[in-house]
Amino acid sequence: MIFNLKTYLSKNYSASPLIIFRIGFGLMMLYSIIRFWAKDWIYTLYLQPKFHFTYYGFEWVKPLGNLTYLLFFICGLSALFVLIGFKYRVAIITFFLSFTYIELMDKTTYLNHYYFISILSFLLIFLPANSSFSIDSYLKKKSYRLVPKWSIDAIKLLVSIVYVYAGLTKINSDWLFKAMPLKIWLPSKYDLPFIGETLMQQNWFHYAMSWSGMIYDLTIPFLLLYKKTRWFAFGLVVFFHVFTGILFPIGMFPYVMIVSSLIFFEAGFHHKIILFLKRILNYFFKLKQKIVVKEIYNFKHQKTTIIVLSLFFIVQLFLPFRYALYPNELFWTEEGYRFSWRVMLMEKMGYANFKITNSKTCDFFYVDNQDFLTPLQEKQMSFQPDFILEYAHFLGDHFKSEGHTNIQVFVESYVALNGRSSQPFINKNVDLYQQKEAFNPKEWILPFNDEIKGL
Amino acid sequence: MLKNISLLIIVLIIVISCSKEDDTSDLGNNDDFNRKAMLSNIADNIIIPSYQDLNTKLGVLVSTKDDFIADPNTENLSALRTSWLNAYKSWQFVEMFNIGKAEEISYHFQMNIYPTNDDDIKSNIAIGGADLEHPNNNDAVGFPALDYMLYGTGNTDFDILNKYTIDPESENYKFYLSDLVVQMKSLTEIILNDWTSSYRDVFINSTSNTATSGFNQFVNDYIYYYEKGLRANKIGIPAGNFSSNPLPNKVEALYNKESSKILALDALNAIQNLFNGKSYNTNSLDSSFSDYLNYLNKSDLVTLINNKLDLAREKINLLDDDFSMQINEDNTKMTNAYDALQTVVVLLKVDMLQAFNISVDYVDADGD
Repeated sequence: MIFNLKTYLSKNYSASPLIIFRIGFGLMMLYSIIRFWAKDWIYTLYLQPKFHFTYYGFEWVKPLGNLTYLLFFICGLSALFVLIGFKYRVAIITFFLSFTYIELMDKTTYLNHYYFISILSFLLIFLPANSSFSIDSYLKKKSYRLVPKWSIDAIKLLVSIVYVYAGLTKINSDWLFKAMPLKIWLPSKYDLPFIGETLMQQNWFHYAMSWSGMIYDLTIPFLLLYKKTRWFAFGLVVFFHVFTGILFPIGMFPYVMIVSSLIFFEAGFHHKIILFLKRILNYFFKLKQKIVVKEIYNFKHQKTTIIVLSLFFIVQLFLPFRYALYPNELFWTEEGYRFSWRVMLMEKMGYANFKITNSKTCDFFYVDNQDFLTPLQEKQMSFQPDFILEYAHFLGDHFKSEGHTNIQVFVESYVALNGRSSQPFINKNVDLYQQKEAFNPKEWILPFNDEIKGL
Repeated sequence: MLKNISLLIIVLIIVISCSKEDDTSDLGNNDDFNRKAMLSNIADNIIIPSYQDLNTKLGVLVSTKDDFIADPNTENLSALRTSWLNAYKSWQFVEMFNIGKAEEISYHFQMNIYPTNDDDIKSNIAIGGADLEHPNNNDAVGFPALDYMLYGTGNTDFDILNKYTIDPESENYKFYLSDLVVQMKSLTEIILNDWTSSYRDVFINSTSNTATSGFNQFVNDYIYYYEKGLRANKIGIPAGNFSSNPLPNKVEALYNKESSKILALDALNAIQNLFNGKSYNTNSLDSSFSDYLNYLNKSDLVTLINNKLDLAREKINLLDDDFSMQINEDNTKMTNAYDALQTVVVLLKVDMLQAFNISVDYVDADGD
C-alpha cells in the first residue's frame, strides 16, 4: 500500500463531520465571546489597564477604547454567522481577523487555547464547511453530499498536533520525576469534595496524574483515529477535560477540546446529529424550499489551497521547536515558549522591583508597579523577560515625559520555578532602557542554577 | 495500532520503574494539614488578644484624656502622652489585620494615616464638630493626629499646654482632642465586638482556596501590610526610596521625635510573631504560616524567613529613635534597613505564596 498523494487528494468523504464541526465551533465561539463580555473582562483586561504588553512585531495592535466593545461584537456576530453558515467565507475571515486582533492586544492574557482558536479559524477559512445544512446552501438552493477527504483530515491533523506536542513537552524531568508543578497545584485543591483532603494530598497521585497526563496527550489522537478504540478514547477525552476543568480555572478550553474531538467520528454519527437538528428546525420553521443535493463539492483553487495549508502545517510542526535555537533553559528564559503547546507546565512566580536612576547624579527611586499595572499584568510581568523589558521601556518613557533626565532603568527581580527557591532573575546592573527587544538571546537574564532535562 | 499499544506498554514500564527510583527526594504529604486549627490559633491567640489589649490601652487613653481635659497641667499631659504611646505600640500588633469589619468600615484609614495634615486639623479645631469619619479627614484623625495634638501644637511643652488653657480656641482644642480619642476607642470596640461575637467563626471556617476566602485574603493582606505598611510607609518612603529625595517629614510619630524606631520594631515583631504562630499574651507557639510551610516540606524557607527578619531587626536597631533625625544625619542606615526588609518581601511574595499556591488578590481571568 503505497501512499499516493494524487489519489488521496481526490478522495471524497461525507460533508457531515465538517458541518457539525462548523456548528460546534461557531457555538463555542459565540458563547465564549458572550461569557467574556458578561464577566466584564473587556473592561478589566483591555480598557482598565493604562499600559498593554504587545507582541514583538505587533506593537501597533492596541485596544480601541470603547470601540473595543464593537470589536467583540463583530467577533461574536461573525461566530454566529459561522454557526448558521451565513456568508460563511466572509464570516470566518472576519472571525479570524477580529479574534486574532483581540488576542494580540495584550500578551498578558496569552493562552494556548486562544492561539489554537486563532489558527483553527485560519484553517477553517479554506474549508467548505458551509457546503450543506447552512443558510448559504439554503439560499443558493444547492448543497453537497461530499467534500474532499483532506479537508476533514486537516482539522484532525491540527487537533492531533496540539495533543501530541502538548504530550512531548511533558517529557521533562520536572514533570515526570518531580511531579512538578502538579505537586504544588493539586494539594491546594483541598476544598474539593471527597478527593480534596484525600487523593489530592497523596504523593503517588501527583505522579500518577503527571504520567497519565503525558500518556493521554501522546496517545489520544491515535486512539481517536482507530475505530475500535474511538468511543473509549472519547470517554477519556470527556473525563480528562471535565476533570481538569474542575481542578483548574481554564474557562472554555475543556469544552472546545471535547467538541473538537468529535471530528474523529465517522460520518454516520454526524449525519444523525444533522437529522436531529433538521427535525427541530422543521418543527419551528416548516422549511419548504427545495434544495438540490449535488454529489461533490468542487474546489475552485484546490492547488493553491493545498500549498497554503501545507506551508501552514510545516510552520505548525517546526515552530514549537524554535526554542532549540536558544542556549539557555527554556522554562527560565521563556525564549520560544509561547505558541508551542506548553500547557500548564510551570508554576512560576516572580517579583520585580524597578529602580529609576539618574546616570549623572546617581540619584534613584523605586517604582510602585501598582501605579501602572493591574495585578494580573504585574503577576505575568514579574517572571517573563520580554514583559520586563517592555515595561522597563514604558517606565523610562513615562519618567522622561515627567521631566526626568539621564534616565536608567534597572530591575532587581527574583523568580521561583516549580517549587525551587527564588533566585535572582535579571542582571540588576544592566540598564534595561538601553536594551532592545529582538529574537536574539537575552544576555541580561541571569543563568538558571539548575537543569531541567527533556524536550 | 500495534505500535501504539507497544509504545503504551513501554511507557507504562518506564513509569513503574522510575516512580520507584525517585521516591527519595520528596517525602509524601500523607496526612492533611489542619487549616481550621491554624486559623483558630491565629484568631484566638493572636488577633483577638491583640485587639483586646489595644482596646484596654485605648481605655486608659480615654481616662488620661479626661483627666487632662479636666485639668490641663504638665503632669496630666505627661500621663496622656504615655498612654498614647502605649496604645500606639499596641496598635502595631493589629495594623496588619485589615479584614472583616475593619476593612468594611475603613478602620485603618481612621487610625494611622501619616503624615497627618496639620492644616486640616487646625481648621477642624477652628470649625468644631467636624465629621471625623469623612474620608477627607483620614489624615486628620487617629494616632498621627494625636501625635500632633500632644507634641506638635507648640515648640515647647509650655506652648503646647497653653493651647489647652489660655489659647482663645482652648475649648475647641480640648473638644477635638477628646473627639479623636473617643472615636478611636469606639471604632476599636466595634471591631473587637465583631471578632468576638461573629467574625471569629466566619474566619476560622473560611478555609477554602478561592480568591475571596478568609485564609487567602488574610495571607494576601499580611504580605501587603509587610510590603506597604511596614517596609514602605515606616522606612522606605521617608528614606526616599520611592522619590527623588528623602522625605523626613513622612516618618511615623513625627512630632514625638523619639518613637518611630520603637513602633517599627513592634510592627516587625508583630509580623514575625504571626508567621511563627506566637500567642500575643503567653509567647507559646502554635499553628501558623511556619507550620503550614513545614507541612509543605519548606522548612528551609521558614528558617530563611526568620533569619532575614532577624537581620532586618538588627538593621533597624542601628537607627536613631527618631527616624527623621536619622534620615537627615545618615540616610544610608535607613536605606540599609529598607534593603534588609526588602529581602523578606521576595521570600513572602514569591516563595511562600508559591508554596501555598494562593492566587494573587482578585485576579479574575482564565488560565491555561
